[in-house]
Amino acid sequence: MAGDTQQTGTEYIQHHLTNLTYGQHPENGWSFAHNAQEASEMGFMAVNVDSLGWSFGLGVIFLLLFRWAAKRATTGVPSGWQNFVEMMVEFVDGTVKDSFHGRNPWIAPMALTIFVWVFLMNLMDLIPVDVIPWLMLQAGVHFQKIVPSTDPNITLGMALAVFAMIIYYSIKVKGVGGFLGELTLQPFSAKNPVIQAVFVPINLALELVGLLAKPFSLGLRLFGNMYAGEMIFILIAMMYSAGWVLGTFGGALQLGWAIFHILIITLQAFIFMVLTVVYLSMAHEDH
Amino acid sequence: MNINLTLFGQLISFLFFVWFCKKFVWTAIINAMEERQKKIADGLDAADRASRDLELAQERATERLKEAKQEAASILEQANKRANQIVGEAKEQARAEGDRLKAAAQAEIEQDVNRAKEELRKKVAVLALAGAEKILQANIDESANSALVDKLAAEL
Repeated sequence: MAGDTQQTGTEYIQHHLTNLTYGQHPENGWSFAHNAQEASEMGFMAVNVDSLGWSFGLGVIFLLLFRWAAKRATTGVPSGWQNFVEMMVEFVDGTVKDSFHGRNPWIAPMALTIFVWVFLMNLMDLIPVDVIPWLMLQAGVHFQKIVPSTDPNITLGMALAVFAMIIYYSIKVKGVGGFLGELTLQPFSAKNPVIQAVFVPINLALELVGLLAKPFSLGLRLFGNMYAGEMIFILIAMMYSAGWVLGTFGGALQLGWAIFHILIITLQAFIFMVLTVVYLSMAHEDH
Repeated sequence: MNINLTLFGQLISFLFFVWFCKKFVWTAIINAMEERQKKIADGLDAADRASRDLELAQERATERLKEAKQEAASILEQANKRANQIVGEAKEQARAEGDRLKAAAQAEIEQDVNRAKEELRKKVAVLALAGAEKILQANIDESANSALVDKLAAEL
């Protein structure tokens, strides 16, 4: 238990849910936050170094591994790693072709990036919760959250990028007028211009909610699932300090939850990818 | 769980990774896969063509074989005919030669017989003459009686 036996359960959980934050504290200036209190006092001008670091590192690992395969890609008989990469590419390509009917060369590579990257970020959940924080503690770093997708900044950051692309492609395909028309002239419409004018604000309110719900549901779904999963791992890990009977039981629970979690992390990565493709497909469709 | 700059850090990383993935990963792999697909399709086509060619070649070979067999049969027939002809000719020649030899032999035999007869006749004449001499106890003038003796000899 994080090497500190004096911790209470609440403290243990809290410790595990605190990011390593570097930011501008109103009193201490630019520094690492020493506790959750300080981190929240930093407000917006702060960076969760652990989330962003792990996330970026995993992205780099993904791209390096796939780049390695792409560089040595032969048209002959593929072997080993290239086989796996091609399998992933084919799978993503198939999924994109199923739900995206427009012509946009960016969608498929983006879907691949999302799927593999989110999967890798989720995969960090399967590493026993105490291993890396403990190692970091030995190195003098007090907080470490290693699953980037349990940080809403990460998931909402990606969702926001998707949202920006939705807006961009909506305007690019339909024009500003078309996009605004889509927001204001449906679902209610009337032939009479006066009644139509009444409908416009109602339509706008409805459509704006629908539009804004997309990135939020996208980001919060992933965050919620991974956060809950992480929480259960933390709760199970607390049993290890409660004697060997409960500890053994906790080990069995952890194994079971981890096996079940393999399904969840893959599914969440897949859902994030498919929803992104579907949203962008909707952005490309002209009514 | 504060919303902070991490949000934009992740946003920018995401866009950068998507760009990198498209530029350096996706295109290369998709191209390789498409090229392989084309190669496989070409290979299958070539295999189809080859099997068709093989069929044709087999057909041609069978035809050629049939022709060869026919030719061989006709050659054999001709050869047999020719052989029969040669044998017939040879028989004919042999028969003619045999006849000729036989005729020659008969002629020779006849000649020998005639010669023997002649000699015999001559000897008989001499004997008859000697006998007559003995009988007459006198020497008959050979020259005087020779005509007579010859006559006798001719009668023998």
